[in-house]
Amino acid sequence: MSNTEYQLVLLPYSTNLEQELHKNPESLPFDEILYCNIGNPHSLGQQPVTFFREVLSLCDHPALLDKSETHALYSSDAIERAWQILEKIPGRATGAYSHSQGVKGLRDEIAAGIAARDGFHASGDNIFLTDGASPAVHMMMQLLIRSEKDGILCPLPQYPLYSASIALHGGSFVPYFLDEETGWGLEVDELKKQVDEARSKGITVRALVVINPGNPTGQVLAEENQKKIVEFCKNEGLVLLADEVYQENIYVEDKQFHSFKKIARSMGYTDDDLPLVSFQSVSKGYYGECGKRGGYMEVTGFNADVREQIYKVASVNLCSNISGQILSSLIMNPPKVGDESYESFMVERDGIISSLARRAKALEEAFNSLEGITCNKAEGAMYLFPRLHLPQKAIGAAQAAGAAPDAYYALRLLQATGIVVVPGSGFGQAPGTYHFRCTILPQEDKIPAIISRFKEFHEKFMDEFRD
Amino acid sequence: IIGHSLPVNLKKHWFDCTIFLSAYAGFRVIQRLEQEMEKSPGSRPFPEITYCNLGNPQALGQRPITFFREVLSLCDNPALLRRDETRMLFSPCAINRARKIIESMPGRNSGAYTNSQGIRSLREAVASGIAARDGFPSRPEDIFLTDGASSAINLSMQILIRSQEDGVLCPLPEYPLYSASIILHGGTMVPYNLSEDGDWGLEIFEVKRCLEEARIAGLTVRAMVIINPGNPTGQVLSVTNQEEIVEFCRKEGLVMLADEVYQDNVYVEDRKFHSFKKVARSLGYDENDISIVSFHSVSMGFSGECGRRGGYMEICGFGDDVMDEIRKVASVTLCPNIGGQILTSLAMDPPKLGDGCFENFMAEKEDIRLSLAKRAKTLASAFSSLEGMTCNRVEGAIYAFPRIHLPAAAIKAAKAEGMSPDLFYACRLLDATGIAVVPGSGFHQATGTWHIRCTILPGEDKIKVMIPRLKEFHESFMNEF
Repeated sequence: MSNTEYQLVLLPYSTNLEQELHKNPESLPFDEILYCNIGNPHSLGQQPVTFFREVLSLCDHPALLDKSETHALYSSDAIERAWQILEKIPGRATGAYSHSQGVKGLRDEIAAGIAARDGFHASGDNIFLTDGASPAVHMMMQLLIRSEKDGILCPLPQYPLYSASIALHGGSFVPYFLDEETGWGLEVDELKKQVDEARSKGITVRALVVINPGNPTGQVLAEENQKKIVEFCKNEGLVLLADEVYQENIYVEDKQFHSFKKIARSMGYTDDDLPLVSFQSVSKGYYGECGKRGGYMEVTGFNADVREQIYKVASVNLCSNISGQILSSLIMNPPKVGDESYESFMVERDGIISSLARRAKALEEAFNSLEGITCNKAEGAMYLFPRLHLPQKAIGAAQAAGAAPDAYYALRLLQATGIVVVPGSGFGQAPGTYHFRCTILPQEDKIPAIISRFKEFHEKFMDEFRD
Repeated sequence: IIGHSLPVNLKKHWFDCTIFLSAYAGFRVIQRLEQEMEKSPGSRPFPEITYCNLGNPQALGQRPITFFREVLSLCDNPALLRRDETRMLFSPCAINRARKIIESMPGRNSGAYTNSQGIRSLREAVASGIAARDGFPSRPEDIFLTDGASSAINLSMQILIRSQEDGVLCPLPEYPLYSASIILHGGTMVPYNLSEDGDWGLEIFEVKRCLEEARIAGLTVRAMVIINPGNPTGQVLSVTNQEEIVEFCRKEGLVMLADEVYQDNVYVEDRKFHSFKKVARSLGYDENDISIVSFHSVSMGFSGECGRRGGYMEICGFGDDVMDEIRKVASVTLCPNIGGQILTSLAMDPPKLGDGCFENFMAEKEDIRLSLAKRAKTLASAFSSLEGMTCNRVEGAIYAFPRIHLPAAAIKAAKAEGMSPDLFYACRLLDATGIAVVPGSGFHQATGTWHIRCTILPGEDKIKVMIPRLKEFHESFMNEF
């Protein structure tokens, strides 16, 4: 469980500081805690997408659809979409357990959305709706890992759900290192090296996890890179686990999101050639609905027996929450040109994405302007992962305090500025390097204050520990 | 197709989980019939399938509670709270409650991750509801809101089970999530038999015997599961029985896992629901004396909101270090879904006397309760009236669990088809009448006995039509064999 501990050490401390601030507003050198630690957009002021909430609200209370006054408060296309969704739910009972994979009609809609996105056929039978992407990841780890001799290839740095899940299910974590020098590039040579090493130790490597766009690293893979990865999985007989939850968070002109399924199909690989699981979630993107716990996995390339097993595991918990299921179908099928809500929807969506892009840039430039910090661009996702080139004295002070150097830095940062980040050790990093993960989520008007406070702290810190 | 390292297979003991396979096999049979009837309508001597298999109230026409849905709807679209027209569509009660809930949320909307235990103000509502119900205090720190009770049960098994040497006492017949969860987390199930002749009650000496046998076999028995009211058995334990169980768990150092999700489903005058925590506290036992985890859910009761995945566990009598571990495990899945959290707080802290919507709320609630009580009685009587069937009273929960005393010829015919006799009966029943039930094998019934679990959820009019069909089928089945 130690992987999740890093987050947890800082959290109670920051909660204590929060309470301290409340009691004695003058007692600390800052007037508010600035949470840059968790990818939790709505808690920092990001607004939900109006159309999505209208539809959810109507599905929560279908009796509204029978009242004429409803038209005064809800847009007509939201009303229409709610009707369509209720038609897909047996008895219009949005409180009933659904099929364990999720309501069929909603899965078909998601499949249609995937097909429209990728240009390749998708089937609702391959969709498993889950309470967020995390339970879907757990399900796959449960299925893939038979003993500690089964290994799963994971990127370092990684989103620690993967290491936690592998540990929880009794398997072996087989890391591959992303290359900071080349914008967190994923080299197939590195993958091969790690697979061979694991095999020589008697580990059966079962799957490869790729997070694209990356968390915490924020890179968007180039198409060529993705093709090589697909080829690699095919040659080595690995299941490809594609974490694609940040597919809507792209901030650079020269990169685009391509799903691994699209890449595989465009290379001519069919459902019979390559086992592939894609994870998506309502928590990120421009919708940020973390608390709704909605998401799905699209499962292709497994034989019927294995599919039955996946279904059995899904049915142990009966079904995922209906609200999350509805939201998943909405994000994969948002308003289209001609719909009443289309224009206001696009304004909201573009507003959020462009704001995220601006914040990503501003923070990246700020970090790069500082002595002893280098920071790769956030091409996508919601995080920056700057590297700290700490003076030896600082490292010594950290060791004396019994803390990892980046944890020590993060704590000092919090104490001086109220800014909460997550130390890089929480994500795994190349030995001897130190990082922290900072989200790009605080509202734009807070960013200048964050930057100036951060700069002030960092300069003092570097002076304090100057060799 | 995939060559080498697959088939992807589960831990070995999953395949030993025959009880799950039995219920699962039933599902597939029903699915095939659905597909057949869709392709060839009118091909069967009944117009539709009557689903008496799953505890899924709203799928069978039970109406949701208006106040609950109003509040959920407003919390999902809080912009409405600022508009005057909203009063035309929603009750003032619901508007006030939604406002209160939204104010207490991070970012003031229902989209953010919350504290892993659930939003504090909602846990406070749950705690106050528990205290009002039991007459003993409850703390929000001890409450974990979860995606339905199932998630809480899985979490508890994860925490309690360290290896195959750890055992958990489970009632038989049981709700198969328990055996599945114990196996999935690598532990050993230690079954104890409920007494069908004793109204599905618990004999403490029987439980003690099972415990001792397990210990002799080298197991450390960590906890005892009690489902009250019972699933599939439908009994509501007497206070005396509950006191015996509390004393037993305390003496033997067992964690009590009290599945109380049917606490609002009690249909008989001579029994009442008492939480195990209340019984323990009434006996004078506090947190230092006994560890109790109580599970509840919005899926059952009068709310029937299965699809929302809302529930909680209240954990009392564990040390701080254990509570910290539980919090860590809860944080791996980040937080329970907010709709479920809100519903749980509403169910535990519903409208009160004096609130504008109180009367409507009570009317809806009573309507559902009375109807369920009626259907419970009707079905239990109907089953009892059949030759070769005995059925205990449905005191609570939402199931009848009649025992079928099958003729030897029927058992033989079942074996010839490679089926357990109760699955054989259930399939024949489905074929002839469209009534879908779950064979008792799905619940680990006592060896050599056969049962079916039939929910009391189809509407009163459907039940009226269902019973003559059931009788006709059963008589002809008994004649055939």
